[in-house]
Amino acid sequence: MSTTTTRGVAQPAPAKASPARPRRGLRGNPTFNFWLFTGPFLIGLVIFVFVPIGWSIWLSFFDARYTVTPSHFIGFDNYKQILTNSNFPDSLLTFSVFAAFIVPTTWALSLGLALLVHRLRFMRAFFRSVFFLPTAVSYVAAALIWKMSIFSGVRFGLMNTVLGWFGVENIAYLANPSPPWYWVVIVSLRLWIQSGFYMILFLAALQNIPGELYEAAAIDGAKPGWQTFRYITLPQLRATSTAVILLLLIAAYQAFDEFFNIIGQNATWAQTPLMELYKTALGTSQDYGAGSAGAVILSLLICLVTLIQGKFMGFGRGEEAK
Amino acid sequence: MTTTAPQLGKQHKKGRGVLGNAGLYVAVGIAALLFLIPFYLIVRNSLSTDLEITGEHWKVLPSFQWGNVSELFNDPTVEFGRSLWNSLVVAVLTTLGTLLMCSLAGYGLARIPYKHADKVFYAVLATLMVPTAVTFVPSFVLVSSLGWVDTYRGLIIPGLFSGFTCFLFRQYFLGFPKELEEAARVDGLGYWGAYWRIVVPNSLNFFAAIATITFISAWNSFLWPLVMGQDPSSWTVQIALSSFMTNQTVNFHLIFMAAAISILPLVFVFLFLQRWLVQGIAQTGIKG
Repeated sequence: MSTTTTRGVAQPAPAKASPARPRRGLRGNPTFNFWLFTGPFLIGLVIFVFVPIGWSIWLSFFDARYTVTPSHFIGFDNYKQILTNSNFPDSLLTFSVFAAFIVPTTWALSLGLALLVHRLRFMRAFFRSVFFLPTAVSYVAAALIWKMSIFSGVRFGLMNTVLGWFGVENIAYLANPSPPWYWVVIVSLRLWIQSGFYMILFLAALQNIPGELYEAAAIDGAKPGWQTFRYITLPQLRATSTAVILLLLIAAYQAFDEFFNIIGQNATWAQTPLMELYKTALGTSQDYGAGSAGAVILSLLICLVTLIQGKFMGFGRGEEAK
Repeated sequence: MTTTAPQLGKQHKKGRGVLGNAGLYVAVGIAALLFLIPFYLIVRNSLSTDLEITGEHWKVLPSFQWGNVSELFNDPTVEFGRSLWNSLVVAVLTTLGTLLMCSLAGYGLARIPYKHADKVFYAVLATLMVPTAVTFVPSFVLVSSLGWVDTYRGLIIPGLFSGFTCFLFRQYFLGFPKELEEAARVDGLGYWGAYWRIVVPNSLNFFAAIATITFISAWNSFLWPLVMGQDPSSWTVQIALSSFMTNQTVNFHLIFMAAAISILPLVFVFLFLQRWLVQGIAQTGIKG
């Protein structure tokens, strides 16, 4: 704007402004352009992300049954209610155990697949595609295959057919929680869908490890195999491993789709935290207050787990170093 | 000269014995077979009769009932064609909208000098801390109070403002060669013109990668369409599939045909756009 003030003043104004300078007026004005570019996104972000988060925190302190504009402030009663009078804490506990199991398992499987595929000399692209393809399948479609074909509790299910060859009786995988066969169903599904995606991350990281490191190790007498894996490959994959474990942790606590479709929301077992929130807030009780309190608790838990993981694995270290 | 170092690096793999190689391929082959079983099952079941699916004796190959396709689409009790159309509209518009919103914002944050830009950037970063799935309760409250339940608006618009995608675009644009833009500015283009005429056409690979990832996650998303879809006419294909599963009458061949058709577009995306997809995931490290 200040550039226009020279108007009318007799000045040996340079006929041509220095070429790299931004043009006059709105077109060259950084502030205007900044808001032109980011404004639409920021407005949406405020309306559809910040407002819901704020609203959720606000609702969690009010008696908000069947209403989203409550007037009765009840302090921490919603938190008390969802932590004592519901299945929510049980599901938090169950899914912490689930996370503690599924995260390292998926990490190991995807890393294993990446190491195998990385060593291939022929048909590498083919095998990579095979392991990666399940990422295309939705949890809903996979739940259908798992529930109605592989782990169908009757004779025609694939698993029971195969077990039948060995004289094993039919197993009703999903009928009841004891013994908890349903974990086999859920865990195998999750491993199948997720591993290929994280394998891609590991493959990319493996390709970035400089070969000189292995050469140097060989000169120092390290045997190829376990030793180079332990002292070179694994440390070099640290940043990727951190990211993978972080993503897996968040995904484990946010489990919903396959549990909803395989276990169902009428069962009393294997209800994920999100399913409990779904039932509390959008089910028959329509308790937005308690549902919001649960959402706040779950968010805090995920942040806490993330921070703890970061503490152990050095979150952020090496991430930006590329 | 300088390119020799990485080439040398690629040759670190030592020759292995024939046995070691065979063992490697056997291991990979077995794993691949296990990973392909679900695909085999879905194709087999979708082209079978119900009796073949539930029969005592395992039939390896189906009797290829191609009529199952038309039976599914002509079934008046399920609006499968409708739900496919809904999914297509939602996934395409979500992808286009996300690309537009997030790339513009990412460019603004990366390139336009504005004294409060870092504060805005921290506000965007802060949204990454809150797990997205957890905000579905308040988001539902908001969208329903706008009267958007059962509408495309409700399904699409709340999903366009991904802090993470914006972040990815910002990181990408930070690495974009500045000289190209400066040349354009010298030639008299403003930020807007430089963005559309120089930056976007030179970033199509990255846009394609983000588009593929966004499309896949929009097509496969379940929780939000479930919350939104009160009326069957607004169901996406995932919700329709889910409702088949809990229906009383089980038509196995139709359910599996529906699932197969729901997977088909993404399998195509995977097979044809894999280069961008793999590159995008390797760059970004996350879905949607």
